[in-house]
Amino acid sequence: MFDDFFIRALIAGIGVAFVTGPLGCFVVWRRLSYFGDTLAHSALLGVTMALAFEINIAISIFIISSVIAIILVKLEKNTNLPGDALLGLLAHSALAVGLVVIGFLSFIRFDVMGLLFGDILAVNVDDLIIIWGGGAIILIVLKIIWKPLFASTVNYELAEAEGLNPDRAKAIFTILMAAIIAISIKIVGLLLITGMLIIPTAMARNISDTPKKMVIFSICGGLLSVIMGLFSSLQFNTPSGPSIIAAALLLFVISLFKIKQTIQLKN
Amino acid sequence: MTIENNVLVKLTEVGLKQRNKWLVKGVSLIVERRKIVTLIGPNGSGKSTTAKIAIGLHKNIEGNVEKFTDKIGYVPQKISIDWTLPLKVSDFMVLTDELDEEKINEALKLTGADHLKNQNLGNLSGGEFQRVLLARAVSKKPDLLVLDEPVQGVDFTGEIALYKLIKEIADKLNCGILLISHDLHTVMTATDHVICLNGHVCCSGTPKDVAMNNEYKLLFGEQASQTLSIYEHKHDHVHSNDGDIKKN
Repeated sequence: MFDDFFIRALIAGIGVAFVTGPLGCFVVWRRLSYFGDTLAHSALLGVTMALAFEINIAISIFIISSVIAIILVKLEKNTNLPGDALLGLLAHSALAVGLVVIGFLSFIRFDVMGLLFGDILAVNVDDLIIIWGGGAIILIVLKIIWKPLFASTVNYELAEAEGLNPDRAKAIFTILMAAIIAISIKIVGLLLITGMLIIPTAMARNISDTPKKMVIFSICGGLLSVIMGLFSSLQFNTPSGPSIIAAALLLFVISLFKIKQTIQLKN
Repeated sequence: MTIENNVLVKLTEVGLKQRNKWLVKGVSLIVERRKIVTLIGPNGSGKSTTAKIAIGLHKNIEGNVEKFTDKIGYVPQKISIDWTLPLKVSDFMVLTDELDEEKINEALKLTGADHLKNQNLGNLSGGEFQRVLLARAVSKKPDLLVLDEPVQGVDFTGEIALYKLIKEIADKLNCGILLISHDLHTVMTATDHVICLNGHVCCSGTPKDVAMNNEYKLLFGEQASQTLSIYEHKHDHVHSNDGDIKKN
């Protein structure tokens, strides 16, 4: 069954959607979308490192993204620049350095477009193991830190005052972000990973009134987007990432009608 | 950590300096079980800062904080819930602790907010939200309650009822309360120990002592010390919540 590249891509995409759903909720709640972007951009550098030193791409991306996250925290503490400026600085620097290094690695031929926008042809069985294994670990860890992370998302001081450890939860969450980017790059591509985190979640926000519902709808939205996106990618020979994100956008637009309805009901 | 002599938290000469400015300095206080300690003082006098020091929200402080309990209920002064987060009152109640339905209902009922249980947090009025905040802090049956202006936005009759309730809670839950308020006269009647802050401890003692203190008069004006005497006289009747008047 795993011989067919499309089945592999589908299984990989479904695995990714299960993880981006709940993580995406926190990205939206904590206003971290630009932070996600920065980590994703730095993933390119991770890929070049993987190629240069011949190590696994996912592991390399995970390491580089984590390093970038640590650098960000250090810079926030030690400079007077606002957070978004630092994020922009790191995002574009990492992207630029990554592309420059690719230029030097002319002896290796690989598809930059596939890297930026996802490539369903590139998913192999090893990737499936990394996506489902890594995804399971991410979800288990998220479940463990859910209470302090969620409480501190609502109110940091409340969480800390009542004995939860918000700083530790935040640090672990950052690592989870680096991990999801590492495992989803082949399917969605590094330029669109944040879209995969945010758009199904935004759709879910429109149709849910509790955090739990929002997580569930976000997962469902992600799954639908992956399935619709990958089939159309196969059909029209489009890159997989943009197809998935376009499908997610379609779902979001549909969910806007639901809001309109509830607003009308209220009036 | 064990609870000795009913002391829940003890601050010894604590201070906090930020950007070369002392927010508070040399504050000592003790909160014991069943006792209500109230911090009063003008804006910027370090009331909230002192409360936050007591529950360990400020690092890099001077002095010594000894906490004898981890079961703390906190009502912060300002809390804004982001509308990106769909949150019902019932979700908010279990934010930091697991509670069963019964306990949630009980706590909401106590603060007169039981009808709000299925409401979205974003749709509450200031006073309603304050009641929910108080209910949430009480619901986990804490040893120490830290209430930072807990009745802000609550209407006047509700305010008096809530202060009365706070006093009842201290007895019922057998907990100590650290209360912050700028509402002088109500506080004066419902507290065991008053600490008047203005960057440092101006004066402290029973409400009566503090009201007669000269520094207190200087800080709040002559008028303030008279609010107590207004409240000191005995009424021969009480007003219950439903408007009934009962003779004592």
